[in-house]
Amino acid sequence: MGQARTLFDKVWDSHVIVTREDGESLLWVDRHFVHEGSHHAFRQVDARSMALAEPGLTFGVADHYVPTRNRPAIGNPEIAGMVERLSANAARHGFRLFGLEDPDQGIVHVVGPEQGLTLPGLLVVCGDSHTSTHGAMGAYAFGIGASEVAHVLMTQTLWQRKPKRMRIRIGGALAPGLSAKDLALHVIRTIGADGARGHALEYAGEAISALSMEGRLTLCNMSIEAGARCAMVAPDAVTFAYLRGRPLAPQGEAFERAEAAWRGLASDPDAEFDRDIALDAAAIVPLVTWGVSPEDALPIDARVPDPAEEADPARAAYLQQALDYMGLKAGMRLEDVTVDRVFIGSCTNARIEDLRAAASVLIGRKAAVPGLVSPGSSRVKAQAEREGLDRIFREAGLEWADSGCSMCVGMNGDLVGAGERCASTTNRNFRGRQGKDARTHLMSPAMVAAAAVTGRLTDLRKLAGG
Amino acid sequence: MERFTRLDALACPLGLANVDTDQLIPARFMSRPRSEGYGRFLLHDLRFGPEGEVLGFALDAPRHAGTTAIVARRNFGTGSSREAAVYALWDFGIRCVIAPSFGDIFASNAVKNGLLPAQVSPDDAESILALLDAAEVPRLVVDLESLRIAAGSRSFPFAIDAVRRLQLLNGWDDLDLTRRHIDEIAAYRARRVAEAPWILPG
Repeated sequence: MGQARTLFDKVWDSHVIVTREDGESLLWVDRHFVHEGSHHAFRQVDARSMALAEPGLTFGVADHYVPTRNRPAIGNPEIAGMVERLSANAARHGFRLFGLEDPDQGIVHVVGPEQGLTLPGLLVVCGDSHTSTHGAMGAYAFGIGASEVAHVLMTQTLWQRKPKRMRIRIGGALAPGLSAKDLALHVIRTIGADGARGHALEYAGEAISALSMEGRLTLCNMSIEAGARCAMVAPDAVTFAYLRGRPLAPQGEAFERAEAAWRGLASDPDAEFDRDIALDAAAIVPLVTWGVSPEDALPIDARVPDPAEEADPARAAYLQQALDYMGLKAGMRLEDVTVDRVFIGSCTNARIEDLRAAASVLIGRKAAVPGLVSPGSSRVKAQAEREGLDRIFREAGLEWADSGCSMCVGMNGDLVGAGERCASTTNRNFRGRQGKDARTHLMSPAMVAAAAVTGRLTDLRKLAGG
Repeated sequence: MERFTRLDALACPLGLANVDTDQLIPARFMSRPRSEGYGRFLLHDLRFGPEGEVLGFALDAPRHAGTTAIVARRNFGTGSSREAAVYALWDFGIRCVIAPSFGDIFASNAVKNGLLPAQVSPDDAESILALLDAAEVPRLVVDLESLRIAAGSRSFPFAIDAVRRLQLLNGWDDLDLTRRHIDEIAAYRARRVAEAPWILPG
């Protein structure tokens, strides 16, 4: 102690139960979120006839397989079985479930912060890679596999080796119409889809301070697409204001005491990072992905790559395979790419601010292609309806649906058809992610709305006043 | 957990970068019980067409029948935390993946199931891919004791976290290790709640 520490160091240190000679530490887990996909882990617990160590710190959320229409009916028995299995595990093991018919149901990475379950300084895990989202509150949050989920269920702890520390400072201000999604895509295309591998990432700088809580959640959410072990933003007045009064956050005097502790959760001025990168928000233009990795992002006014201009044969082959899958011609303008549908949703971009941004583009306009809007939580849905956003989406011709992971991963049957092209607010443009042979272009909610209006990838700055 | 010491493998070169876990096992198969075996779902949409026809992907070539190791380019296992990706590899018969880099969560999941993620330099990955393509029989030997991969007349070093290496060599189970610390866990919990009662959900 006495040594300058980063934000990550402080949260790490406060969770170490023991550190072995070999460097592995046993960490305490403050919040464990489970979902329908956690069934493999519950089977491991059952196989050992174990009880949950801390059902009070375990929270179930039905999101991956839930229908987004005609609730609570689920036509497909295999999908219904997944949702029912989570309910059965919650009842049997005695943990709180935000189930299909709960007014607080939603996507786990929206529900956690929204309920005040995710707090600064906590260690949060979930069997889902986008758990990095929760780091926006100043938590140490990361995705784990089924064996680790089972270990946390049985012990409320996890063995980890301390990751390296990396900071990305983003100065300057985003241009109007740009959002945290553009920041995230800019980071990923700059450092690569494995650029932050093995590192705990901290975002800092004036462009980060200027982000709303929703924007920070989007940025930390996408950090797994840069390979980061976790991502964090130091809690500040924006964080505290967001958390005050949340249903499961500390209340009254307990909140004041918590906030006093949270104020210490910032990197010391002379703390050292293993890597330190500086970026300029003012240099960023609206970005879209053209290929099959989130690192395949380009400014909307660019052309897709031409493998013939690539010197490295392995890289040229990669580009050609990506172009073939995406059905694009080498060197074509991104703005000439037509889309078949749009999707606004997911743990990345379906919070109230995202829906407002998309609606502000769609107001008074008609969508040229069909599309689905699935709010990040049932609470977000209710709020959007109070603000009249649902009407704007419906009048534009888009479908307004219930909350879940939906078309981001297609597990509930909300799929993009084979060969179809979708402008999407989601996080992964992997082959087959939104459906077998589906083609995904990632972008911000406002950019998806612009693509809906024109039926092609569109620079929303050109659409303004159009 | 099965121990991993040395693997005399038939190896399949996959010259692909960014093989994400959505490709390793598409989401639509993840509601199936493991007891059915996940091997047939491995890289399903690269291997099978709309009618289930075999597309001729490398893994299905007669030359690669009985493959127990695969070699790929950078960022293997990126993306979703789904451990089912490891189940698909394991049930197919794969015991080792060799690549210049791995998704962190994938690498952790792999080790917990006894599958070795062997990290080689990008140049060595290219050499191994080329050697396997050129070899009459695409064979290599992966030795976790010496951290070497032998392919033809050549030998390449590989890296893995020291603790993970020991876990694989010994077939250790995390839970057994954790149970030794049950008293420390209880003491930690009491201390943490006393110091910061607000950590408990309201």
